Amino acid sequence: MNPNLLKALLGAVLLAFSAASFAAIDTYAFETAAEEARYKALIDELRCPKCLNTNLSGSDSPISADLRRTVATMVQAGKGDEEIRGYLLARYGDFILYRPRVMPATYVLWFGPALLFLLALAFVARLVLRQRQAEAPAPLSPEEQAALARLSQAVGENSKA
Amino acid sequence: MSRTSLFLPLGLFLLMAFMLWRGFALNDPHELPSALLNQPLPDFQKTRLADGAPVARQDLLGTPFLLNVWATWCPTCKAEHAELNRIAARYAVPLVGVNYKDDGPAARAWLARYGDPYRLSVVDEDGSLGIELGVYGAPETFIVDGDGIIRYKRVGAVDRRVWEEEIRPVLQNLGLPLEEPRA
Repeated sequence: MNPNLLKALLGAVLLAFSAASFAAIDTYAFETAAEEARYKALIDELRCPKCLNTNLSGSDSPISADLRRTVATMVQAGKGDEEIRGYLLARYGDFILYRPRVMPATYVLWFGPALLFLLALAFVARLVLRQRQAEAPAPLSPEEQAALARLSQAVGENSKA
Repeated sequence: MSRTSLFLPLGLFLLMAFMLWRGFALNDPHELPSALLNQPLPDFQKTRLADGAPVARQDLLGTPFLLNVWATWCPTCKAEHAELNRIAARYAVPLVGVNYKDDGPAARAWLARYGDPYRLSVVDEDGSLGIELGVYGAPETFIVDGDGIIRYKRVGAVDRRVWEEEIRPVLQNLGLPLEEPRA
């Protein structure tokens, strides 16, 4: 298949499944573009409490519409991101955050992958070191060393000639 | 490779099995741990469904009560309604309704038709009290103690089992005399 066509097709498929294409269409008037950007970022990273795996911006459920309105109102009122997250956290719990807080219950989640990576790294390093040791030639015996000296001398004289 | 490291795959397998077992043992991922447990009931200024008279948080406090979030558009609310009627008729616990994002006349007609177990219903037309309460799916039922602290929350229908095993013990702990059903 024509690679350009393939790219275009792939692009179309990805677009069709992107979160933005599902995004709810309610409009709130913000005074600045920065406020609107904050609103969009917030509803993208807050989770719909009724749905299992959808963010607020991607959900059509009535509760998500209400929560989007709440977020919009709070942004318009000049509340900070942390304040808005905290407000919803106090009412809906950690479920509402798609980016979990760092706390003992989430240590495995946050640091587990890095730990696993380090373990894997150590494992590979050990493997490689062993391989190297196995491949390294055994030290030469005295006879072999003598032979080597004779040969390199011979080579040296040859190259001079 | 040393002999003990031969057990590594078995260990990994057991670890994965444990994680999967834990994961699938979460019986209902929809059930969110409530953030509001042991928190005060949020403040509000609303109206009563029956007559539109104002009602606020302080008006509800005094004795422990059940706060039940319901709506006519919610099929599960209808399913639990008979149990709420039974509780209201047999036990000395006040029920307070929150008529959540509903239509006033329809809600009044609904109560007239299926019976009204509530001492009063608070009208939450825009769902703002619902958000304060962390409501994400009606019906939801809270136990609020005499000081206005939330002691229990249930998402989903209240049935006989939930009443006997969960709600009633909490109310009894709060000092409500529920041993003898009302005559």
